[in-house]
Formats: sequence, C-alpha cells, structure tokens
Amino acid sequence: MAVITYREALNQALREEMRRDPRVFIIGEEVGLYDGAYKVTQGLLKEFGPKRVVDTPIAESGFTGVGVGSAMVGLRPVVEMMTFNFAMLALDQIVNSAAKMYYMSGGQYHVPIVIRGPGGPAHQLAAQHSQSMEVYFYHVPGLKVVRPSTPMDAKGLLKSAIRDDNPVIFIESETLYAVKGEVPEDPDFLIPLGQAAVRREGTDVTVIAYMGMMYRALEVADELAREGISVEIVDPRTLRPMDTGTIIGSVRKTHRAVVVEAGAGFAGMGSEIAAFITEHAFDDLDAPVERVTGANAPMPYARNLERAKTPSKEKIMAAVRRVCYTNGG
Amino acid sequence: MAQKKQTLDIDGDLARRLLSEMMLIRRFEEKAAESYALGKIGGFLHLYIGEEAVAVGATSVLRPDDYAISAYREHGHTLAKGADPRRVMAELFGRRDGLCRGKGGSMHLFDKSVNFLGGHAIVGAHLPLAAGVGFAIKYQGGDQVCACYFGEGAVPQGEFHEAMNLTALWKLPVVWICENNRYAMGTSIERALSQTEIWKFGQIYGISSEAVDGMDVLAVREVVGRAVGRARTQKTPSLIEVRTYRFRGHSMRDPAGAVYRTKEEVEREKLRDPIALFRQRVLEAGLLSEADIRTLEKDVNDRVDDAVTFADASPEPPLEWLLTDVYKEDA
Repeated sequence: MAVITYREALNQALREEMRRDPRVFIIGEEVGLYDGAYKVTQGLLKEFGPKRVVDTPIAESGFTGVGVGSAMVGLRPVVEMMTFNFAMLALDQIVNSAAKMYYMSGGQYHVPIVIRGPGGPAHQLAAQHSQSMEVYFYHVPGLKVVRPSTPMDAKGLLKSAIRDDNPVIFIESETLYAVKGEVPEDPDFLIPLGQAAVRREGTDVTVIAYMGMMYRALEVADELAREGISVEIVDPRTLRPMDTGTIIGSVRKTHRAVVVEAGAGFAGMGSEIAAFITEHAFDDLDAPVERVTGANAPMPYARNLERAKTPSKEKIMAAVRRVCYTNGG
Repeated sequence: MAQKKQTLDIDGDLARRLLSEMMLIRRFEEKAAESYALGKIGGFLHLYIGEEAVAVGATSVLRPDDYAISAYREHGHTLAKGADPRRVMAELFGRRDGLCRGKGGSMHLFDKSVNFLGGHAIVGAHLPLAAGVGFAIKYQGGDQVCACYFGEGAVPQGEFHEAMNLTALWKLPVVWICENNRYAMGTSIERALSQTEIWKFGQIYGISSEAVDGMDVLAVREVVGRAVGRARTQKTPSLIEVRTYRFRGHSMRDPAGAVYRTKEEVEREKLRDPIALFRQRVLEAGLLSEADIRTLEKDVNDRVDDAVTFADASPEPPLEWLLTDVYKEDA
C-alpha cells in the first residue's frame, strides 16, 4: 500500500472510476482548467478532456440539476461543490429532485449521482464557509450521506459512492486534504457504504466520532489510557445508512457512550445516535449517553472564538470521565 | 408571432390524430374534475383545459425516443407523449396500477416507457433537469431532443435563467416551451415580470426564440417543429413562448379563477377554444366530416370512461409499498 494524502486518494478514486466507466463525468466550478479549487480534480481535464471534466459558471442549482437530469437518462455524474456551503443553493435539486425521483416515479427513474466537496469546520473561514453541512442532508430519505475520515476511506468510499445507484452526498474536509495514510492501489478496492470502522478497540466507553472529531477522540483515548480508561472509538463513516449494528455492539460491550460532533448540537447527529442507543441498548447502559457538540452559534472568525466553537479535547475528556463516574487522575 | 395558416396543408390522418388527442385530453380533464368532486382524487389537481393545443402540437413533431419533461400541470403532456390514460387516471386515484404505483399523484406523473420524465412541482426546478437531459443526449452522441414545458410563472425564477444560459453556453438540444397562460396562480404576468415578452429572454442568451399562438395547434406544431429540427441537427436550444390560456382556475381549489381575472376576459378567451377552432378548420377544409368527428368523440369518451373504470377497479397500493423505491437496491 502506498502512503498518500487524502486529496490524492480522492483524485485516484475519481480517475479510476472514470477510466472504468465512460458514463462517469465530473462537473462543477473550477474542476477542469483550474485543476480544482482544492486540487482534488488535478490532472483530470488533461486525461479525460472537457467532455468529461466540465467547468461550470457559478450556478449551483443549475449545474446540480444538470447532473440530476443527466443521471435520469443514463449518466453517472460526480458534482463537485467547491465547498459544501454552496450546496444550499442546490438544496432543492438535491432534496426535491435527486432524493425523491426514484420514489415519486414509482421506481422508474433512479438518480446515480455523487455530490461531493469539502465541508465542516475549517480554519478561520467564518460563518458562511465553515460549518457542518451533513445535517441538511442525512434527514432526507433517498439520500446516502458519507463523511470519510481517512485517506483509505476517502478512496474506498468515493469509489463505492460513484458505483451506487442512489444520490450520495459525500462531504470531505479542507482540514483533512493533506492528511496522509496508507491507501490500497488495487482499482477494485472498495469500502461499502453503511459500514462503520472501529478506529481503536477499548472496553470502558464507546466514543462515536467522525472526521476531525475522530482524530481528536484518538488523542483523548491516548491520554485517558494513562488514567486507566480504555476508550473504544467508532467512526460511522456513512451517516445514512448508518451502521447501527456496530455502534450498538460496541455499547453492549462497554456499557457507556459519548457522541462527539463538530456541528451545532441542537437536533444534530449526536441527538440521533444518542436516541438510537437509548432505544436499543438502554438496559446495557451504565450511564446516560453524553453528547459533546459544537456550540449553538454560527462559526465566528476570531481564532479564540473559533476554537471555542468546536468540541475541545478537554470537553471530550470530561464527558468520558463523567460517563465513567471518575474525576480523572 | 407566427400567423394562423389560411389553408391546411395536412392530411386527414394527421387532422384526425391532432383533434382526437386534444379531445382526449379535454375529456380526461373533465372526468378528472368530476372525480375530484366525488373525492376520488385528492390533493392539488391542475387542469389543462384550454391549453391542449400546446402539448398536442408540440408532441406531434417529436419522435418516440425524444424526451419530454414538465411541471405540475402535466396531464396533457403525459397523455400526448403516449401514456396510457387508464394508468394516468389510476395514478390520480392513488391506485396500484397508476403510472407511478400511486406514489406520484397528479403533480408527479412519470412514464419511462414513453420517455416522459415527469411532473415536477417546484416551479422552475425541472428546467435544469431538462438541461441535464440535453447534456446527456449530447454526451451519449444521440440525436434525440428534450422538450421542456413550463409556465410563465417559472420565468422570474433563477433556475429559468441558469438553464437558458447553460443550454446556450453548451449548445444542448433542448426545446424550451413556455406555456404563457398569463397567470401564475393568481399573479398576472404584468405583476410578475418587468419584461412580459418572454421570448425576448431567449434573445439575451443567444437562443433562437419566438412567440406563437397557443390556441392554434398547427402553428404550435410548425414553430416547435422548426425548433426540434435545430435541436436535432445543430444541437442548439430554442425558446418558444406559447400564448395560451387556462379556462379553469389554477387548481380545483380555485375552480372559477375569478378573483384575479374578469369573467369577460375568460369568456373572450373561450372563443379561442383550440379544439373548437381546429374542429371548424378541418370541417371547412373537408379533411373530416361531422360524422368522422362524432366517431372520434365517441371513441374518446369511451377511452376516458374506460380509464375511470380501470382506475376505480385498481386496488390501493399495498402498505408495504410505503418503504419500497426509497433506495434502489444493488443490481
């Protein structure tokens, strides 16, 4: 396995799937000539030409609709959102067109489309460019939602998303593009959608976290191990459909759960996971499920306020200690 | 604006087909209204009565493998494209034999067997989809076209302008057919658009554009025919503003449509009834006889009665269908 960046892993996935299937094309702002605002599509125009690497004007609703329409009649578009914040302008196309087409046509028209790009808290990008966007999508029946935390996941999950016959929302992260990791070179390497990964095995408490929060949880687990607390970390990877089996299995083993999410906590992913655990593993719990979430405020610009907006290591650590009924050493 | 032809250079078969298809839509819509009053159809029901010449004239120059897509007043477009009236009615009734298994309803009719890409009910949203269909045709190297029907109410939306721009920029084979019936629900075009000559928006984007009398099925056929030819051979879009009128209200919840337009206006427009006009013209031209037309009428009435009988007899969808077709399973 080669060690490559998360960005290169995504690029490989796109390249391999475009080589494999002539129906796959990429469309979005600056994906071609500019080589991608975040260079995820670097070199694709050169290899595949402007027919399959389509630069668009700034018209998110328009070009997302083009993707959906083309998918209805046989193509397999990958729509890049320069940042997922811009997907708000295409929300109607994603929710009312892509997600519901298969259902409201009674199974006649399916929409194999991937809508991908970076989202989540970034570095001082402020309120409109730095927020957790997955909440707007995982509520919607008909959509699949992926948040890949590692380079290997980025590649394996993107390839699966492109081969999937349903609309897939695939949200990457500006802060992870440079992260390096081992990634298989086999062009048939896939990670199925809907499978969680246990990032670290433990026995005392299950921490559920993805993307940047997953890395923060790993640091917390290292520190708490020194206090004698053994943390198991589950990364859902796909938020919808969610691998609830792995989460419940872990909670049945550890009897405690902490859900961490970067976004604002109100009606967030943490609420859903905490409710699910309570419904399905209540008798296994030795403590109430804790949520550690982002503050219920827009993302501020100032560095200190920005730091305070997303869950800190200290807050995660405190929550883990609380469910373990210990104040730490 | 294309003028009405003084002579009819069509043959009896075409005259019969155009008249019969318009009459079928009219009768179908009348029966749908009746069924709505009886509680057999629920939700919103937007009738196409008065606008039949648009769908019939336009579809008459399409090939079966061409695509059509529309907004929520789409019963006429669906039928004209060739959908089985029985299955359309069953869909309106919310029954298992409906086109969409009872999951779509009046505003979401789809029929893949005739390349009808739906009924879409967020105003303006299906225009980018049509652009995408045009994109796919070109990508796949085909020579089909995509006909996209929308009301003038979609023109103030951003997606109209995005779609015009993209199809012109990328030269996509889409025929934009704006059914200008002058009222977006209760808002007249004068209250909605700073430029009420809709075809002029096409000029700005460098798209071949013209207006046509939507009450004249042959004029619609001619103008759309030219646009389809351009799309097929040159891969270029066209914008056609079809000036039409709906004789009924916006929906069954606005049966008279009387608050925002005068009775006199409606009565005056009804004098331009596209079916009555065409019927008179084919009679005068000697293409069909009174007896021919009576036969057509009977046939159309029988087909619509049969559609209602079929829809009535079709069972409700089984409850387990609530959760099917949400995701397409792996092949």
